[in-house]
Parts: sequence; C-alpha cells; structure tokens
Amino acid sequence: MPTSSSTPWTSSGPPEQGPDDHVRGEGPLVVEYADLECAFCAKTNELLAGAPVRRVFRHFPMTSKHPRARRLAHAAEAASLQGAFWELHDSLYSDQGRLDDPHLWQRARELGLDLERFESDRRSDAVAERVERDFRSGIRAGVTTTPTLFVDGEAHPGVPGAELLARLGCT
Amino acid sequence: MIEPGQPAPDFTLPDQDGKEVSLGDFAGRTLVLVFYPSDFSPVCTDQLNVYQEVLGELEERGVHLVGVSVDSAWTHKAFQADLGVTIPLLADFHPKGAVTQAYGLWNEEYGVSARALVMVGPDGEVRWAYRSASPIEIPGANLIFDALDQQRAA
Repeated sequence: MPTSSSTPWTSSGPPEQGPDDHVRGEGPLVVEYADLECAFCAKTNELLAGAPVRRVFRHFPMTSKHPRARRLAHAAEAASLQGAFWELHDSLYSDQGRLDDPHLWQRARELGLDLERFESDRRSDAVAERVERDFRSGIRAGVTTTPTLFVDGEAHPGVPGAELLARLGCT
Repeated sequence: MIEPGQPAPDFTLPDQDGKEVSLGDFAGRTLVLVFYPSDFSPVCTDQLNVYQEVLGELEERGVHLVGVSVDSAWTHKAFQADLGVTIPLLADFHPKGAVTQAYGLWNEEYGVSARALVMVGPDGEVRWAYRSASPIEIPGANLIFDALDQQRAA
C-alpha cells in the first residue's frame, strides 16, 4: 500500500471501501468524511445511528476550523489499535464539550483501554499516517465540507436532509 | 470568464490588513486566485478552510493562493480571523467588483463574484480557470492539483 507521502492529491473517483477502513453495519455502502470536532458530524452520527447501511468512516480533520480535530483523529486511531474505534468515536460525538487531553484519558479509561499504550499510539507516525491517508483520499474525492456522505458514488455535503435519510432507511 | 492563454488582467487591491497587493508581486510564481461571492456565507467558509488544509502542500510546489471578493478589507480581516485561515483576502471593494469584472466573473444579479478559481502562471498568463456551475458548488482542492499536474505535463 502506498504511504500517504507518495499518494497524489489529484482527482480520484468516488471513494470505495478499502481493506483497513472503519466499517460498521450492514446494507448499502455509505462512505462518510467527517471531523471529530465538528458539531454537524456529531449530529449526523446521531441521525445515522441504527440505519440499515454499511458505514465507512474516513477522517477529514479541518484543523483551521477545529484545532483539536487532528489530535482527536489520532486518538480514535489509537483506540482502534485496541479494538475501540467506534466506541471512542461515539463517545466523542456524544459530548463535544470535553475534547481535551484529560477528557481523552478519562474516556480511554472508561472504555477500558490500556492508557499507556493509547498515549504512545496516538503520537505514533503510523497513526498520523493513517489519518493523513484518509484526509488525502477525501481531497482526491473533492470533499470540501464536513460531513460529506458518499452514497452510490454521489457526494452529499452537510448534515443529511430528510430525503437522503429516508433513502438510507433512517426512521 | 477569462480563458487560458490570455494575459491575466493586472490588479492592485488592499488585503485584509490594508496592504496593497498587485498581480506583479507574484511574477515568477504560480498564483491561484480564489474568487468567491461573499465573506461569512457558510459555503465560502468551508471552501477557504479546506484550501487552508492543503496550503503547505501548495506552497511546497511554489503555488500561492489568494482570495478575492467584493467585501471590504475590514470585513476580510474579521472573516480571516473567524475562519482561522492565513490565506490573504483581497478587497475588490472600490470601485466595487472592478477586478472581478476584468476577469469576467461578475454576477450582475447579486452584485458579487461568481465562485471561480483562476491559475496564473509565472509569466502572468492565465493557465487554467474554473467556474462553479452554481455558487453553492465548491470546487475541491483536487481540481487545483489536477491543474498543476496538467501544467507540468504540458
């Protein structure tokens, strides 16, 4: 697999599910580009909860707008190395008012993570690389806002509206 | 809209700090002018934020990015701080929209610029221009990298 530093930034087709993507649920594929410090993404997570779709999460940290975004993405990847990506993802989205380091430690403890390992992993090059790869794939797919959902290869920027939610089987 | 191969119309406009910026300041470098309708509209917000994320990569390739709208320098100052971006913003404020008009991007109905990207080569010639089909369509940063790659291949 090419490393992010050798990945181009030019246009690609719409994103497809990759071998090491974060996936949950069953049903039609929804690829979601989101930022873990984004209220609209938190709202979207709430709206999509329980939807009969296969959700793929890709990091798209907008650091100029959300200074903690990349740090949170790295934390989620560190949690992923202990099998708790979605748990930390949901934990962060459920309470966007507590996103600093002490809150991350508390959340990691609550999820039963090995804190020492979490701390070293979230600062590792491998984790940074993983997040950067997601981000670049978003740039290549023309993502300009968070969240952006790709459904049937079509981009839907912003919080999904009633029509899209109905299409995805959200009730 | 201005076409590739044409000389880029010259301009001198104040930036968000009131400092005058001219096309000539970028001679010998590649400049991307980001024309957008208005400061503080939610759509522009995301556009400049996403370009800010790839600014380091563009700078590494010797590319400078500058925003242009009909808002005043003072508004640009507030907008830039609000977004948390460092991309300079030029005020095409007085006479309103004169530079936007010279680039053929004037939206007469709303009295603002169309949403467009114009790439000017080191020699001051337009290399690439892209105009969004509608003001709510934000051109992705991928289009800038595509245009740069095409330049390199040409």
